[in-house]
Amino acid sequence: MKKRMVRCRINDIKVEVPEGTTILEAARAQGIYIPALCYHPKLSVTGACRVCLVEVDGVAVVSCATPVEEGMTIITNSPYVEELRRDIIDLILSDHPYDCMVCQKAGDCELQELAYFYQIRYPRFSGRKRSYKTKDGNPFIEREMEKCIQCGRCVKVCDEIQGVCAIDFAYKGFELKVCPPFEKDLDCEFCGQCVSVCPTGALVGKDWIPKGRQMNIKQVDTVCPYCGCGCNITLHVSRNEIIRVTSKPDTLNEGWLCVKGRFAYQFVSSPERLKKPLIKRNGRFEEVSWDTALDFVAQRFKEIKDKYGPDAIAGLSSARCTNEENYLFQKFLRAAIGTNNIDHCARY
Amino acid sequence: MVGLATVFGSGAMTNSIEEIENNDLIFVIGSNTKENHPIVALRMIKAVRKGAKLIIADPRRVPLVRFAHLWLQQRPGTDVALLNSMMHVIIKEDLVDRDFIINMTEGFEKEFLENIEEYTPEVGEKITGVPRKKIIEAARLYGRAERAGIYYTMGITQHSHGSDNVFSIANLALMTGNLGKENSGVNPLRGQNNVQGSTDMGCLPDNYPGYQKVHLPAVKEKFERLWGVPLSDKPGLTATEMIFEAEAGKLRAMYIMGENPVLSDPEVEHTLKVLKGLDFLVVQDIFMTETAEIADVVLPAASFAEKDGTFTNTERRVQRIRRAVKPPGEAKEDSWIIIELSRRMGYEMNYANMAEVFREIGKAWPAVAGITYSRLEQGGLQWPCPTLDHPGTKYLFKGGFPRGKGRFTVVRYRDPMEMADEQYPFVLTTGRQLFHYHTGSMTRKVNAINRVCSEPYIELNPDDALSLDIKDGQMVKVSSRRGSITLKAYLTEIVERGVVFIPFHFREAAVNKLTDSRALDPLCKIPELKVCAVRIEKV
Amino acid sequence: MADNQILIRVCLGTSGKAADGEKVISLFRMHIQRHGLDGSVQKRCVVKKVGCRGLCSRDLLVDVIIDGRQTTYQNVTPSMVERIVQEHLLRGNPIDEWAVKEDYAEFTSRQYKIVLGPCGVIDPENIDDYLKMNGYRALKKALTTMTPEEVIKEVKRSKLRGRGGSGFLTGKKWEICRSQPDKTRYIICNVGEVNRALAEGNPHAIIEGLIIGGYAIGASQGYIFIRERYHLSVERLKKAIKQARERGFLGENLFGTSFNFDITFSFGTEAFICGEETALMECIEGKRAMPRLRPPYPAEKGLWGKPTIINNAETLSNIPIIIGKGSEWFSTIGTEHSKGTKVFTLSGKIKNNGLVEVAMGTSLRTIVFGIGGGIEGNRKLKAIQVGGPSGGLIPYSMIDMGLDYENLQKMGSIIGSGGMVVFDETDCIVSVAKFFMEFLQRESCGKCVPCRLGTTRMLELLTKITEGRATMKDIEALERLSAIMSTSSLCGLGRTAPNPVITSLTHFRDEYLAHIRDKHCPAGVCRALITYTIIEDLCKGCGVCLRKCPAKAITGERKKPHVIDQSLCIKCGICFQSCKFKAIIKE
Repeated sequence: MKKRMVRCRINDIKVEVPEGTTILEAARAQGIYIPALCYHPKLSVTGACRVCLVEVDGVAVVSCATPVEEGMTIITNSPYVEELRRDIIDLILSDHPYDCMVCQKAGDCELQELAYFYQIRYPRFSGRKRSYKTKDGNPFIEREMEKCIQCGRCVKVCDEIQGVCAIDFAYKGFELKVCPPFEKDLDCEFCGQCVSVCPTGALVGKDWIPKGRQMNIKQVDTVCPYCGCGCNITLHVSRNEIIRVTSKPDTLNEGWLCVKGRFAYQFVSSPERLKKPLIKRNGRFEEVSWDTALDFVAQRFKEIKDKYGPDAIAGLSSARCTNEENYLFQKFLRAAIGTNNIDHCARY
Repeated sequence: MVGLATVFGSGAMTNSIEEIENNDLIFVIGSNTKENHPIVALRMIKAVRKGAKLIIADPRRVPLVRFAHLWLQQRPGTDVALLNSMMHVIIKEDLVDRDFIINMTEGFEKEFLENIEEYTPEVGEKITGVPRKKIIEAARLYGRAERAGIYYTMGITQHSHGSDNVFSIANLALMTGNLGKENSGVNPLRGQNNVQGSTDMGCLPDNYPGYQKVHLPAVKEKFERLWGVPLSDKPGLTATEMIFEAEAGKLRAMYIMGENPVLSDPEVEHTLKVLKGLDFLVVQDIFMTETAEIADVVLPAASFAEKDGTFTNTERRVQRIRRAVKPPGEAKEDSWIIIELSRRMGYEMNYANMAEVFREIGKAWPAVAGITYSRLEQGGLQWPCPTLDHPGTKYLFKGGFPRGKGRFTVVRYRDPMEMADEQYPFVLTTGRQLFHYHTGSMTRKVNAINRVCSEPYIELNPDDALSLDIKDGQMVKVSSRRGSITLKAYLTEIVERGVVFIPFHFREAAVNKLTDSRALDPLCKIPELKVCAVRIEKV
Repeated sequence: MADNQILIRVCLGTSGKAADGEKVISLFRMHIQRHGLDGSVQKRCVVKKVGCRGLCSRDLLVDVIIDGRQTTYQNVTPSMVERIVQEHLLRGNPIDEWAVKEDYAEFTSRQYKIVLGPCGVIDPENIDDYLKMNGYRALKKALTTMTPEEVIKEVKRSKLRGRGGSGFLTGKKWEICRSQPDKTRYIICNVGEVNRALAEGNPHAIIEGLIIGGYAIGASQGYIFIRERYHLSVERLKKAIKQARERGFLGENLFGTSFNFDITFSFGTEAFICGEETALMECIEGKRAMPRLRPPYPAEKGLWGKPTIINNAETLSNIPIIIGKGSEWFSTIGTEHSKGTKVFTLSGKIKNNGLVEVAMGTSLRTIVFGIGGGIEGNRKLKAIQVGGPSGGLIPYSMIDMGLDYENLQKMGSIIGSGGMVVFDETDCIVSVAKFFMEFLQRESCGKCVPCRLGTTRMLELLTKITEGRATMKDIEALERLSAIMSTSSLCGLGRTAPNPVITSLTHFRDEYLAHIRDKHCPAGVCRALITYTIIEDLCKGCGVCLRKCPAKAITGERKKPHVIDQSLCIKCGICFQSCKFKAIIKE
């Protein structure tokens, strides 16, 4: 069903969008930036942060929740709304630790970015700040609830995307807090979806700290090594070590990952990795050079092939190797050894 | 895979993950999707929230059941009966797609119909334990849906009648016309990141890359031309057969790349004994696995993060992986090792890089001829993608099946090879759980994972535990006719009475010491890892 | 009232119950039986429990009506019953010294009771009492002679506006709801704090209004949302629903039509935010009471995503009257845009605390000095706060303002919950604003930034001012916060929360400045800003203050002037109160 189009003006630009499009979506599609902290394109709209205010006919409205109406005149950057936004961010900062220096999220923090953009060095408002005794029972996710701006993205992603509802808001007013039921029974799949949507440093991967932030980090797009979903992941690499895994939102997995994809990358740098070719002599493995190992293997294969024929040799390939490697492996057995004795575990 | 290929002429997920959210009915059978394919499960949840109906058939109360409208708790190994009785209802209530059957299929005839006729919901209830009302409801939901998708995994295939299960699923989809169109189809979810790719690439005893049969002279000639050597037209041994042949002394040497059959195959002790008896065993891996330990030569390989290449995911999407870090020590990419070994065997393979290898794959298999590394920079491509301007194929069988018409198969219910009896009163089923992966060689090296799940366990119904006087967390001995293991009891209503579940990630309590390596599917030789009879005792 | 009858009406609202009303009733019954009154005075004696009539500060109130002649006794206790029976009932001599005085008449005569009318007259637990007053006739009329559209039209014509909240036109709201394509619709009655007297005194009117509303919008399911703690209201509403169901006013095919309607309860907990209709719906759905975004409005997409109407009990109690007597009659009451009456809870420094109902447009002067009897101790009126915690403070200078939606809005206030608190010269306005902000800060749900942090920061600033630590910058900050909150908060709670601050800054700025510049609290309320000093010349050195001072801040020899050590003084004021020679002054 084709939607009716509605026309409006955003900052004097004529814009036409399908009916039901919000002002925020319409503006962002035009490349007009409206800051927002609780809004997330893949989650429901709750309008909690109030940072995305714009001016419509002289009235401040939240752009994330207000649909464009025919003939609307929208101003996203009038002094009136800019000042309101600045002060709302100021209010948020009045209850936020000023520890960007050591915060894992520095450089990648949406709140920090807004503080920078509005140049809020010292907040106009100040007062009591929340402080919590951090309870650390979670092996994957580091929670610093003082940094939580109660935007609710984590709560929404846990319910709407993951379907787990492990966390929700508790208490009210200033004491509002995101936590598991009764602050104890965390029934969590540790998918880390909450970590991926958190705009601040309130939720970060435990293993990320203090391996590196944004400086000198190489990002490599690749595919998750676990199940067959083929989720797209981005490896963050510093000093030849994977320091965290993220996922981009515009892929088949929409930026979502599971506990393995997001957190189980340590095996790559495990000290138990095999580092040298090994040949068993007298029942014990001895480290040898590649040349020695490969010559030995080739020689033994040749001997066996000569003695029993090529079909006395078989190969098992791996569902965790690449297409190219699997191709080369079967080619090796078929062309170099001369047998079709090749299988892999996918058959069961 | 063999099953689907027989029916349609090609075996893979017919649809894309993206399409799941547009299903109006999702039928998950034999798949613990939320734990084993979490991201696919997210799409299913999204579909449910958009209004789709979800039916789950699983002996265990898997986590996705929470989102299901209907849960059919069939006894392990009785899927054929369940599916046949659903089809019985669909035919009885005329929910079949006549046009589709006439135009697109063959075999919807007397023998097939007579067979289905026997599986009334009452018969279904008797065999599967699922109340007939639920069978009828499931049949109606599926039969009336416009865009129904079936999703299954090893819960369907790892049986002595795994192929029958797959045929039944195909029958169900064929008679309701839920194939060859967007958002409906038959979708085996692949368990490992590149299972699809390794079968695509011809790591199969009877297939060259692209499922081209080794016994066909034309195919053989084509590959002889491509590779410049004479090739064998004799189909090789399946993995299971390799073990038997080695035991018989006919197979003398094995080259195992990135696989740990000691733990993943049935009857651990048996596999271990046979592999030890080989003249020569080479294992190429990233860790000293249980299989590597008994090898003559161990070659250190690079992990996924240390190499370039492509993976093909469960929805046939070829995607690039990229080297991010250097391999540790002297570890090398598998491709380098194979090429070096081949050269020493007297067969030169010359490739400047992996892109070149992929170009050759395109020559060998036209379905990926249109995929190049430069195109993959823009994102993955789903095969078939025969030409450079082809966008890839979101769903299969639009306008027809590769083999011409989809074939109905007459499938009769057979009991699993081993049923619970007085001596071994419990039915054991095996599988994975959320935190670990396969034989654990990767995930068990992750500290945080070990903090949430570090030891093997057996899921046991609390009522059963009560009658055995077993407490939660107590150590128990689980024995089958083949062996026994000791592990912790975890009391949970996820399993019903008489059924137990053990994940196979743990070497210290390798569940495949219990399973039966001789209970094979006659067609594709899959062992029955999902059903065997066990006894449970306190220790 | 029939002749040959003695009717005794005992108030058994929450306040009446608290004043031993149950015991008084049973004593009356006992004495009547013991004396065989029915026989001895040749009259039929009826003892009846009734709902609250408003003047709770005089409870227990008991009416004795003999042959139509009414005497009302105030502050009745169980020990007084026997004498009333002896002298008044048996001998026919009313006891004047216990009877209400002129101010009682003043209290009642200036009110315009249409909603509260039956409260205090009928037995709320007896449907027959309600039926005798034409109860459920409006329902019958609506269902049997009017289409839902006609009902809506009639309500629209009456210009009835929501009693509470923003004062939206009820008929208009119903019309929007009815026009939604979704056929499953709900109607919810919110029984708030101020509505308790209605629920306790005349529950059937609420139910009748709810059914008519359901008929008008096309809902077959009604909800009563009420705090579980309002035990008596819940009990009486439950009884009333049961009786209504028995008489066929609830259930299927009402009055032989195809209209079905039933009511269920939904219990809320102690949360101010539940007065916000979207938070209330979340609460009914079993979720955390946090307001939803609008649009969509509840009338379009409300409870369970269906078109929903939420009216409070007072609004709904007006409906049977409008349908019964007609919109024309109704719209003769009130002002041009505010029709009908409004119930207020009168409290604070006023003589007659209680519940009053006045015609829209009645002046504050009439309410405070007429109905309310003026200020306690005849002190000077300073301000009146209207509309509950987030209402604005109206200064004495505006005393002749007529109360209606428009005027209140102009004054930066709201009708809100209908609260009306009177403050006199002994009240410090900054402390008053702080008091309300404390409440609002505690009750903010925390969902949106301006309200969660705005109320917190405002409270901190107000505290700072009352403690004399503030600077002029803090006034600016207060004003800025007020502007942010009222323009950008998510729901009504946050948007109206700055009202007490904004209005007090407008009308009582001097008091703020006194606190900040002069470190002085003109009303002498803010402890941190008070100093107690002993005037040497007047001090006789009696030693009373020295002995009573809990902080041991007073020193001095006997018969010689004493001194207060300001660094030790905790400003409790005990010395000030205990000095017989008025030698201690408070500044």
